[in-house]
Amino acid sequence: MIVNCQNISKSYGGIQAVESVSFDVEEGNIFGFLGPDGSGKTTLFRILTTLLLPDNGSARIDGFDVVKDFRKVRNIIGYMPGRFSLYSDLSIEENLDFFATVFGTTLKENYHLIRDIYVQIEPFKKRLAGRLSGGMKQKLALSCALIHQPKLLVLDEPTTGVDAVSRKEFWDLLIGLKEKGITIIISTPYMDEAGMCDQVALMQKGKILSCDKPDEIIRKDGQQLYSLKAENIYQLLKDLRKYPETDTVFPFGQDLHYTSKEKDPDLEKLKSYLKERGHEKLVLAAITPGIEDVFMHLMEKENPLNEKL
Amino acid sequence: MKYTQRSTRHHDVVIDVQHMYKRFGSFVANDDLSFTVRKGEIFGFLGANGAGKTTAIKILSGLSKPTSGEISVAGYNVYNQTEAIKRNIGYMSQKFSLYDDLTLAENIRFYGGVYGLSRKVTRERMDELLEQFGLMDFKKSLITSLPLGWLQKLAFSVALLHKPSIVFLDEPTSGVDPITRRQFWELIYQAAEGGTTIFITTHYMDEAEYCDRVSIMDQGKIVALDKPQKLKQEYQAGTIYDVFLKIAR
Repeated sequence: MIVNCQNISKSYGGIQAVESVSFDVEEGNIFGFLGPDGSGKTTLFRILTTLLLPDNGSARIDGFDVVKDFRKVRNIIGYMPGRFSLYSDLSIEENLDFFATVFGTTLKENYHLIRDIYVQIEPFKKRLAGRLSGGMKQKLALSCALIHQPKLLVLDEPTTGVDAVSRKEFWDLLIGLKEKGITIIISTPYMDEAGMCDQVALMQKGKILSCDKPDEIIRKDGQQLYSLKAENIYQLLKDLRKYPETDTVFPFGQDLHYTSKEKDPDLEKLKSYLKERGHEKLVLAAITPGIEDVFMHLMEKENPLNEKL
Repeated sequence: MKYTQRSTRHHDVVIDVQHMYKRFGSFVANDDLSFTVRKGEIFGFLGANGAGKTTAIKILSGLSKPTSGEISVAGYNVYNQTEAIKRNIGYMSQKFSLYDDLTLAENIRFYGGVYGLSRKVTRERMDELLEQFGLMDFKKSLITSLPLGWLQKLAFSVALLHKPSIVFLDEPTSGVDPITRRQFWELIYQAAEGGTTIFITTHYMDEAEYCDRVSIMDQGKIVALDKPQKLKQEYQAGTIYDVFLKIAR
């Protein structure tokens, strides 16, 4: 167990940012925190990286306490904050040198670790960090976080606002680091990234809603989900809302995802209800939920009065 | 000649872009873009970071001038009628929406003023809006007292306060929880049904599927433009995400 976190809480003024969060991370795993803005991911990460003191609870990284042994912890973690926080007025090369020196190492010594990432920005190594594109800044920040060969890499929303192609490339880099034995904790608002993680924690309003392997989270949730499709999706959505047995119905890409209040819903009855309302090319199928479905289900459970439109 | 023909054929075109170029020195940010958007359409404007989307949106919203091309937005041209364009469009992004240090009512009054609405009209629209969201009680609260998800939905409605014919949404759902994200899209559907044209960018590829048509930009050019269903057929892909990976890689 490289990370052991028990009942961590933190509040700012009257706002409970993190509420009694506990989890363990196994060495060599990628552990993902999935949740929207304001769910407490950054606060939690700042506590784990010794930058913020928890109000309650304790966390250990490789056996070291994040409060008492903060200096030791800082040597074994690499942290990439959500906001770009390298030196804009230093070049790529100077930034890397700076971080290497702070940790008593050199670029040469750990070049093997960052090579795959660094080669992509090395041709521009004399360029000031402030003048790099978003993607290049991200690669530099990752290189700087890795330069002292950390055991644990903590990445706060590295893929937010990043396009789908670049996100995939970034994940390929992370898989490469995992293969080198580095443990990774990462946060993201994109639920589809759960599939790349060994373990995930679903976070909402400072709490962990569920924490396990992605497949287990889905299995434990156990809701019966249906996908529906018709010519006019928006009209289908409105008609399903009016159907008395409907529990939830949400747009999901090209389909709607539907759950019923009934344990064993009469699908033929549902189909004829929709056909009566003129829906053509109706397709209805039972499907296995994804992580995003489960997240929404748990959100509804947690807060059943969740403001409907 | 050609231009006249096209405009008579599609009298409901609200955004008409023909051969739009934008150069910064030797760099071509927008490289011969041509497309039209119809009234009430939900138009998804996709592309990798740095593909030139922001540059194009700035031109279409009257904030920047193109290097060349024939472009009209809401019937006004982007060279010398930018003020008219600004009055006829709404804009909302994830980064900039409402003012934290103003109350809900003050935010709405501020936008009413910016868009040149009379006090009376602003007051009426404010009441409609607060009624719709059930937020009358929060009228005099700082907007920071509202849940984050609400703010994005509110910001969207405020962007529609002056009943613009087109609204530009730049990654409006970034970082928003999955339920609110879907409620946000229902607001978009409602607005589009009422005839408002929606021009939207997003990095959530499932949202691309909700659009009537999507365009995909790569290195300054539009490399694909069609209904999501057609694009998936053309690229033999199951989802727009797969189409995007095939094109933008």
